[in-house]
Amino acid sequence: MAEVLQSISNSIDPYILQIFVNIGIAIILALGLNLITGVTGQLDLGHAAYMSVGAFTAAIITINLNLPFSINLLIAGTIAALVGLAIGFPILRLTGDYFAIATLGFAEILKVVFLNLDITNRALGLSVPPANTTIPMPFYVWMITILVIVGVTFIQNSRFGRALKAIREDEIAAETMGINSTRYKNQAFAIGCFLAGIGGGLYAHFIAYINPSDFAFMKSIDILNMVVLGGLGSIPGAIVGASVLTVAPEFLRFMSEYRMLVYGALLVFLMVFRPNGLLGGVDFRKMVLRIFFGKKEKKPNVTIKAR
Amino acid sequence: MLKVENISVNYGAINALKDVSCHIEEGEIVALIGANGAGKTTILNTISSLVQAASGRIVFNGCDITKMPPHDVVKMGISQVPEGRRVFPEMSVMENLELGAYARSDREGVREDMTSVFKRFPRLEERKKQYAKTLSGGEQQMLAMGRALMARPKLMLMDEPSMGLAPILVEEIFNIITEINQTGTTILLVEQNAHMALSIAHRAYVLETGEIVLHGDADELAANPEVRKAYLGE
Repeated sequence: MAEVLQSISNSIDPYILQIFVNIGIAIILALGLNLITGVTGQLDLGHAAYMSVGAFTAAIITINLNLPFSINLLIAGTIAALVGLAIGFPILRLTGDYFAIATLGFAEILKVVFLNLDITNRALGLSVPPANTTIPMPFYVWMITILVIVGVTFIQNSRFGRALKAIREDEIAAETMGINSTRYKNQAFAIGCFLAGIGGGLYAHFIAYINPSDFAFMKSIDILNMVVLGGLGSIPGAIVGASVLTVAPEFLRFMSEYRMLVYGALLVFLMVFRPNGLLGGVDFRKMVLRIFFGKKEKKPNVTIKAR
Repeated sequence: MLKVENISVNYGAINALKDVSCHIEEGEIVALIGANGAGKTTILNTISSLVQAASGRIVFNGCDITKMPPHDVVKMGISQVPEGRRVFPEMSVMENLELGAYARSDREGVREDMTSVFKRFPRLEERKKQYAKTLSGGEQQMLAMGRALMARPKLMLMDEPSMGLAPILVEEIFNIITEINQTGTTILLVEQNAHMALSIAHRAYVLETGEIVLHGDADELAANPEVRKAYLGE
């Protein structure tokens, strides 16, 4: 089985393969942030920091213990979630902009910590040996990506997911419905950080070299862009956003140094013409039904009572 | 049923409530009337624990709920229809109602209550798949009331149900409040529209700058010359 997968991945153009893997990792990160920012409504400007926690944890585990990769990733995700909880617990009581600024601050602190720890090799960064698994990385990444998509869909459609949405819509009203908003916000934050940690672990082993500056503010903004572009709170949106923003710079490569200019303009245009994101406000199930089964949505019966 | 004992609430240096006491008996409609900023909403928010009292005690059915967090107060059987309705705008009518029953675990009962809410507010059933933000003000008020009913409350706290509604709708809403009361739910009603509030309430308290200045039977208060002058526009 492993050899077959290996030969398949060898037969694909490595450049294309790399883009595909990057898309998978971006989707995992975007879905994690989507849970925090899109569904629960807490603007997190430091998501890359939790990714870095996962990346360094996974790299250090591979270097020192060489545990099986799946266990390694679980540990990396858990540590990222614990770090997230430690940060989230004091700052999740802040609202709106204040919370956003606090996440930004903590992300910078984490970056500086990693830049100064011996175990992360300071500013030189870490070379990451190959992951302890027989499955080739591209398949591994996409296996995890699919698991994450399924898991997150399940979470968002659950009772828990509905409570998170209520907190985003109106936190005080949610409290008066019997929703313990502090606890749920912390849980959502921890899950989001867990996914960031897993994404970080995959990234570290795919790129094979990590440096604290890879996870700086711009990386957090990149992930946020994917979520906003796709449509806050929408899972298909986050997937499309992550894919588009990973592929776009590659298509624009021929413009060399001007490409970020076009990329920026693209973002501005999209926000002007689709302020809710590419798939924001689109009910995916209804769309699929309409396209494949030609089912029309029933118009609600509006009766006007004569008085 | 509910006893509020010597509650004081401060917002920073401002005393919003000074030593307020009131009580509500089972089956009553009690109205709190008073001018803007008198502290009516603060009383409701203190009961539901959205605001913490600096001193005093709130006892519900023999249980001290003063320090209980708001999500646990709901489980005690107190649900609030907040000022300005505060429905969840980007969720459907159904989802809003389901969230009202969030603290409950009896699925059968929740389904029954959903049916009875739809029976009471047929317009909500017609719009059950629509986003709450697409409803009109009156419909949103009905949704907020339906949502509070979904918790199967013993005591309902209603904050300014008439706010921003056309007079004909105000009348409809107040009829519904009376109906809800008749099916066994106790109601504490905060209202600027003193005339309407006194017409359906059994008893009422009059609040002025954080203090209760008058209380008594609603009919008595409606006949009181001072009340008539200050709140009924005579």
